[in-house]
Amino acid sequence: MKSIAVVGASLAGLRAAETLRAEGFDGVLHLVGDEVHRPYDRPPLSKQVLSGDWDVERVWLSADEKFDALNLTTHLGDAAVSFDAAALAVTLASGTVLDVDGVVITTGARTRTIGGPMPGVYTLRTLDDAQAIRAAFEKQPSRVVVIGAGFIGAEVAASARGLGLDVTMLEMAEAPFERSLGADMGAVLADVHRDHGVDLRLGVGCEAILGDEHVTGIRLTDGSEIETELVVVGIGVIPNVEWLDGSGLTIDNGVVCDTTSLAAPGVVAAGDVAQWHNGHFDETMRVEHWDNAITQAAHAAKRLLHGASVGPYEPVPWFWSDQYDRKIQLAGRTTDFDAFQIVDGDIESRKFAAIYGRNGVIVAVLGFNRPRHVMRYRGLIDMKTSWADALAAEF
Amino acid sequence: MSFKVVVDYDLCESNAICMQIAPDVFEVRDDDFLYLLTDTPEEDQRAKVEESVQRCPKQAIAIADDSEE
Ligand SMILES: Cc1cc2nc3c(=O)[nH]c(=O)nc-3n(C[C@H](O)[C@H](O)[C@H](O)COP(=O)(O)OP(=O)(O)OC[C@H]3O[C@@H](n4cnc5c(N)ncnc54)[C@H](O)[C@@H]3O)c2cc1C
Ligand code: SF4
Repeated sequence: MKSIAVVGASLAGLRAAETLRAEGFDGVLHLVGDEVHRPYDRPPLSKQVLSGDWDVERVWLSADEKFDALNLTTHLGDAAVSFDAAALAVTLASGTVLDVDGVVITTGARTRTIGGPMPGVYTLRTLDDAQAIRAAFEKQPSRVVVIGAGFIGAEVAASARGLGLDVTMLEMAEAPFERSLGADMGAVLADVHRDHGVDLRLGVGCEAILGDEHVTGIRLTDGSEIETELVVVGIGVIPNVEWLDGSGLTIDNGVVCDTTSLAAPGVVAAGDVAQWHNGHFDETMRVEHWDNAITQAAHAAKRLLHGASVGPYEPVPWFWSDQYDRKIQLAGRTTDFDAFQIVDGDIESRKFAAIYGRNGVIVAVLGFNRPRHVMRYRGLIDMKTSWADALAAEF
Repeated sequence: MSFKVVVDYDLCESNAICMQIAPDVFEVRDDDFLYLLTDTPEEDQRAKVEESVQRCPKQAIAIADDSEE
């Protein structure tokens, strides 16, 4: 292989490029990104950047020297607009065509929103988004309305409360995080937000954004209205796959890969854009977490260079979320869990670890300020430990 | 031969990823702080520590290559 193009210059793209070099690939390595910034880290955007604890210089993912040492041919601010998988040719917005021997797809995802563009209504995915929201916070809005109590929305709410701003957060489900944590644990997190003064409204959504030149409020699905000049919409993301229309790749909620991360001969995908069947959980998934982006990118890069011998990609997904002084971590999958047990601490103190089981096996662990337990139980999940043995384990 | 590991505790958020990868070097204890079990691990730990450097979400771990020159 003489030349490889990595398309998508963020966490997974950078990690793929680093792995390709570390594995000895010394050919031409293109890094294509539609953002003008060189790769930066997103988790601090909803935390330290919004709270003002960090200045933006701290979000870059790789020090200058390390980045330069990768010897990449960068195309930043130049989106890929089409791809021919059979010919392995990537066309960029500038008209440049990259004819290569291998392609790594790491174009991630973008936020969903409500309605058309409207001043005062934001979503949060990019550094530019975070800086715009931070600037809006600094104007001391009378109220911040967060639509959607997913992890990003919840972190935005926590950061805004930390700055003393009034916050209303809406969630369509009856408990926030119901899908990822289950209703009971979602309720615990709901209480954390209420205790910190968030006006949390469950079972209600946003029907319309009000205002002409600038947002003035929102109308809820129950017909009531809330006045506000600042709305942050956190209702999930959509994989960035439009540039792959007509490429010959299979697209279905992301780029469909085989169990080894291969999407087509010479083409691999990783990170928020990649969908694959994770044999460990016998579940087809697309994972939107930091740790998956880097581990899958490393796996995909090796798959491209070394072939199927690298084996299937079967991780136990893991993520963290910082809200107020709580560090919430979930490892594994809670899908269709049929057993649940608090294994350390207690809910009242909001310092606890809980495990989830399915079909007699441990499948997930949730921790509130319990990182050590999360990592220990994650090891048990990795080994497909039986529910009985997981309950008996002591850490 | 050994090498030197440094953790920037201002950055570390004790999420214990490193402990999962290299339990002989990193340990997050019940006080939720990260402890280095050794700051000069043996050479056979290098690959694991390097992986920890890579996977630490806070980029809080570094290998200081000051081995006898
Ligand atoms: C605010 C925020 C906070 C988060 N906090 C956490 C957290 O606490 N814990 C956690 O586990 N995860 C967190 N995440 C998730 C984590 O950041 C993502 O999983 C990770 O960024 C995925 O990396 P990626 O490289 O796959 O995709 P992305 O980071 O989405 O990168 C894809 C890149 O490709 C570019 N691109 C898209 N289309 C094209 C094209 N056609 N041509 C060229 N370039 C293109 C995009 O602009 C982008 O730069 C957070 C995410 C956000 C937004
Ligand atoms: S992985 Fe990094 S942040 Fe997490 S405990 Fe280890 S050093 Fe600290």
